[in-house]
Amino acid sequence: MSYPTNLKYSKDHEWAKIEGNKVTVGITDHAQKALGDVVYCELPSVGRILKAGETFGVVESIKAVSDLYSPIAGKVVAANQSIVDDPAQLNQDPHGSAWMIQIETENPAALDSLMDATAYTAYTK
Amino acid sequence: MLKRTALFEEHQKLGGRLIDFGGWELPVQYSGVMQEHLACRSAAGIFDVSHMGEVLVEGADAEAFLMFLITNDLSKIAIGQAQYTAMCHENGGIVDDLIIYKRAKDRFFVVVNAGNTDKDVNHILEIDKIFRKKNPNCDLRISNESHNYTQIAVQGPKAAAIVQKLTQLDLSQIKTYWFAEGQLNSGVPTFFARTGYTGEDGFELYVAWDQGPAVWRALFEAGKEEGITPCGLGARDTLRLEVKYPLYGHELSDETHPLEAGLGWVTSLTKGDFVGRAAIVQAKEAGLKRALVGLKLIERGIPRQGYAIYDVSGDRRIGEITSGTQSPSTKLAIGIAYVAKELSTVGTQVRVDIRGTKVLAEIIPTPFYKKPKETA
Repeated sequence: MSYPTNLKYSKDHEWAKIEGNKVTVGITDHAQKALGDVVYCELPSVGRILKAGETFGVVESIKAVSDLYSPIAGKVVAANQSIVDDPAQLNQDPHGSAWMIQIETENPAALDSLMDATAYTAYTK
Repeated sequence: MLKRTALFEEHQKLGGRLIDFGGWELPVQYSGVMQEHLACRSAAGIFDVSHMGEVLVEGADAEAFLMFLITNDLSKIAIGQAQYTAMCHENGGIVDDLIIYKRAKDRFFVVVNAGNTDKDVNHILEIDKIFRKKNPNCDLRISNESHNYTQIAVQGPKAAAIVQKLTQLDLSQIKTYWFAEGQLNSGVPTFFARTGYTGEDGFELYVAWDQGPAVWRALFEAGKEEGITPCGLGARDTLRLEVKYPLYGHELSDETHPLEAGLGWVTSLTKGDFVGRAAIVQAKEAGLKRALVGLKLIERGIPRQGYAIYDVSGDRRIGEITSGTQSPSTKLAIGIAYVAKELSTVGTQVRVDIRGTKVLAEIIPTPFYKKPKETA
C-alpha cells in the first residue's frame, strides 16, 4: 500500500486532507486492516465543536472497538452518513469514499505536526 | 516466550494474524472473521485447537474419582462416548468446563481450556489428594498429556465428508458426542471425536503432536473441493457465541456457579457427592439471583463484555454483558448476559450502557443461530 501524498497522518492512524480551512478526516488503510471487517461506525452530529485529540466517534469490527480521535480543533460541518449505513466501505476505500467527517478549523497550520506519507509509511512498518 | 503449536508454520504460510491467546501464539484470523465464520456455516472450517489441555485419568478408580471431581453424572455414558461437564471449587465456583471421553472402563481422556490448563491440573491434583485420603488404596493415575497432542477441529456441514476421505473408518457410525480410535489412510493413529464448539456438525481430531502439520495439510487437500477454510480464534468465538456456548472468562468463572451459568443440565445433584455440591444445593435452595440470557440490540450499537445492563427505565442496574458481537449469520447485534432473575424472561426489554448511552435491547430465545433444516 502506498499512502496518498496529499494527506497528513496521525499516530492514531487517522488521515487528514486540508482544503483551505476545511479538513476531511478518515482512518488509514493500516487502521482498517488492523481492525478487520468493520461492522459499526458512530460519527458526531454536524455542529459539534471538537478539541484536538478529542474522541469524535467509534468504529467497531467483529472483535474490536476503536475510538476515533480528531487530529485538529474545530467544528464538524459534515459527517459521512453512507459509512454509518454501510460500514464495510471502510475496508474498501478508507482514503476515499469512506471519509468520516469534515471539520472547519481556524488554524489549519496545526496539522503541520502530523506525518506525511513517507513518515507514516515508516511509522507503520 | 509464547508457546507455539505444531502448526505454527502452517499459520504463517496461510497469512494468519498471530496473537497471544492464553500464552499461546495463535491466529485470530486468516482472511477475515466474517468470511471464515460464514465458510464454516456453509461448508467447512478447519481450526488449530492444539492449545487445549489433555489429561489422562486411568485406573480402576478413575470413574469414581471423576464422579467426585465433576458436576455431571459420568456413569451415564458408555465406552466410546463423550460428556460435557463442569468442575467446581468447594464453594461452587466453576474451575473450568471440560469434555470427558470414556476410552475404556478404566481410562478417561479429559480435555480442558488452554488458558486454564495449569490451574485445572493443580485443581485435579488437589482433589486427587482428598480422594486418596478417603480411598487410601485406590488405583488411580493422572497425567498431563497436553504437550503430546495436536488437536484439529473440522466443523461445518461438509466436515464429515472431508474427514471421511482420509480414513477407512466409517464415520457415519459415530454419533454426535461419540468418538472412535482408528487411523488415517496415511497410517497416523487418530482419535476421531464428533464434538465441537461451533454449533455445526464436525469432528475434533487428536493426533500425535509432530503429526500435526501432515494431517493439517492432508485435510486441506481433501477439503479443497468443498471449500475448506482455515478459521482463527475470532471466528471460533463468533461461532460459539451464536449458539450460546459458554466460554471460560466470559460466561464462566471462579465466581459463577453452574446453575446460574445455565449448566444445570450437566449438574447432577442426585448422583452422590462431588466437589462443590453442598454449595450448589445451598444456592439452589436460596433461589437463583441471576440468569444467563441472550439479547439483541433494538437500537444501534454492539454489546461487548463488561457493558452494564439496566432495566427498561434506565434507572436500575440489573446485570452485565459477558460476550457480544455483530453476529455474522443473523446480522443482529447479539450478546450473552447475566441479568436479574426476575427480568430474565424472553421478550423483556432492557438497556445496555454503551459508552454512556443506554441502548434499548430485548431478551430473545437462544441459540441465536439455528442450522437450516436438512433437506434430505
